[in-house]
Amino acid sequence: MSAETTAANTVSERKAAALAAFKDLARDPGVPKPDPILVVDGVVRRFGGLTAVEVDHVEIQRGSITALIGPNGAGKTTFFNQLTGFDTADAGKWTFNGNNMSGVPAHRVARAGMVRTFQLTKALSRLTVMENMRLGAQHQRGENFWRALVPGSWRAQEDAITEQAEDLLARFKLDAKREDFAGSLSGGQRKLLEMARALMVKPELVMLDEPMAGVNPALTQSLLGHVKDLRDQGMTVLFVEHDMDMVRDISDWVIVMAQGAIIAEGPPDTIMSDSRVIDAYLGAHHDAPLSDSELQEQLHQAEAALEAEIEEETQK
Amino acid sequence: MDWITIISTTVKSAIGVETVLYALAAIGINIHFGYTGLLNFGQAAFMGVAGYGLAVTVTVLNLPFWIGIAVGLIAAVLLALLLGAPTLRLRADYLAIVTIAAAEIVRLVFRSVKFKEVFGGSDGQRGFSDGFYALNPFPEGEYGIGWFTFSHRLLWIMLVGWVLVAISCGIVYLLMRSPWGRVLKAIREDEDAVRSLGKNVFSYKMQSLILGGVIGSLGGFVYGLAYASVQPDVFGTETTFFAYTIVILGGAARVLGPVVGSMIFWVLLVLVNGVLSEAVQAGYIPFMTSIQVGPVRYILVGLGLILLLIFRPQGIFGDKREIAFDVR
Ligand SMILES: Nc1ncnc2c1ncn2[C@@H]1O[C@H](COP(=O)(O)OP(=O)(O)OP(=O)(O)O)[C@@H](O)[C@H]1O
Ligand SMILES: [Mg+2]
Repeated sequence: MSAETTAANTVSERKAAALAAFKDLARDPGVPKPDPILVVDGVVRRFGGLTAVEVDHVEIQRGSITALIGPNGAGKTTFFNQLTGFDTADAGKWTFNGNNMSGVPAHRVARAGMVRTFQLTKALSRLTVMENMRLGAQHQRGENFWRALVPGSWRAQEDAITEQAEDLLARFKLDAKREDFAGSLSGGQRKLLEMARALMVKPELVMLDEPMAGVNPALTQSLLGHVKDLRDQGMTVLFVEHDMDMVRDISDWVIVMAQGAIIAEGPPDTIMSDSRVIDAYLGAHHDAPLSDSELQEQLHQAEAALEAEIEEETQK
Repeated sequence: MDWITIISTTVKSAIGVETVLYALAAIGINIHFGYTGLLNFGQAAFMGVAGYGLAVTVTVLNLPFWIGIAVGLIAAVLLALLLGAPTLRLRADYLAIVTIAAAEIVRLVFRSVKFKEVFGGSDGQRGFSDGFYALNPFPEGEYGIGWFTFSHRLLWIMLVGWVLVAISCGIVYLLMRSPWGRVLKAIREDEDAVRSLGKNVFSYKMQSLILGGVIGSLGGFVYGLAYASVQPDVFGTETTFFAYTIVILGGAARVLGPVVGSMIFWVLLVLVNGVLSEAVQAGYIPFMTSIQVGPVRYILVGLGLILLLIFRPQGIFGDKREIAFDVR
């Protein structure tokens, strides 16, 4: 009972701390945060003539859940790819925990504690669920060629890793599937597995690219719970998501991207009423109210066009 | 028809030198292709540099047998580094292209007129196996019962060869049950996922290429020592493709798959060859000459393989469940 209340207390403390950090922040793109874990400067990625990412400055607050939203093709995935070393930026610098991470290869980024998942899930099909999980653990003695030949040198560590994996699988409701091939899981289950596997790395910052896409609503609820858990365990979460209800539900702060740039930041409950964001999603001028006469004129134009078309058809 | 000859050559081929050396080549390919998903089409070159490394060290440089073996092994490791360094960071198909071309380059260098002094041109090298047979514990004579007999020389190289096969299988068994093997299998499934979990994919692919190349190179030694000679054309692309056939026949990513695959492959080839030649000689197949038997046996064995792939695509030992899902 007392353990539960202290747990509940730290939970609310963590959330309260995250919210307090954002309380008086300005809503400008690139606004400085009190305690940033990730600081990005001038990242540019071009594909031929298309500038997919052009981020001047952005900071991610430690211990918070930050949502990265934006229309399709805004450059969110490409931005993730630059930060995690899966693609080479044309320009830019970024630091994680104060350490330079630009130009660092993907596996070193992960080892530094910055782990990402993929929009298109990457389950390792012909490995079992349990093997998928074990792969995520770091500093494995048995991953060295010579020590691998001597099972006694890695057995104990493997057992500890297995135990840790079992805990996570139980939390993600995948424990019944532990000996199944990952390729036999459903789409939603693969999302869960990928997230659980990323947690095996014991990251400080988890970057989730659309973790809820294709997951059924019942499962979504439990996934949301897991994401909140991550913050309550002291991790920082940065996630991409299209579903605004979900963003409102779990995020402490929202960053909006459009056409490669960060265009606005703000708390989840007000960000969608920001005019810059509405413009980005619906296109500019959508909200300029139409007067009655303008409406009439549009109607006439449409009718005229229709009549002309019918005329053409009958003349043929 | 001389059934005794047909049966005796067939049974002997199940454990013969060919079976041993192709099993070794295929164990290497199984590490590359079956476990790591690397397309190495230059396995013959690994066998070639080992065989020639031994031959040239002993005959041209007049150095002892063991130094020849060391030179061969080092050559195999260097070849792996040379092929892997530029290609393993690229997409899988680049390794395939580079290895198939490199294997041809190696073969053409061995058979070139320019280096005839060193490699012996198209005749190859001979006379380097005395050091090996000096170690033979079997006194001169024939060993076995009835028609199932081998000369003391053959018995010695077969014994060494099968010990090498057993050790290689033991190593593969240990490795593929370890976290190291897990990383390899994960790379076969999706490299990027493995990178995102903090593993240095390039390093593991290189280790896999070296290990499989070195085990394949043992097959090169076995060839050179069994026939007391090496010729460049033995190490052609055909040899590599036989090794792939054997891996698929036995079942990829199975420890004993390549060994059983190699036994079946050679038993079939020898059996079909024996039956066809005897039948042609006895006049049972009037439309065929004995010269045509060689190619026709490959056609028949190829047909058998096609049928196998249709009815048992996972190979003899494979797990049907594993090929049920599309990997990509
Ligand atoms: N490899 C590539 N080559 C060329 N263009 C690319 C490449 N990857 C992305 N792009 C382009 O970059 C832009 C941003 O793509 P990105 O995948 O980052 O968008 P996103 O914000 O993740 O969209 P979504 O929400 O649909 O996932 C798109 O216009 C896309 O066409
Ligand atoms: Mg995306």
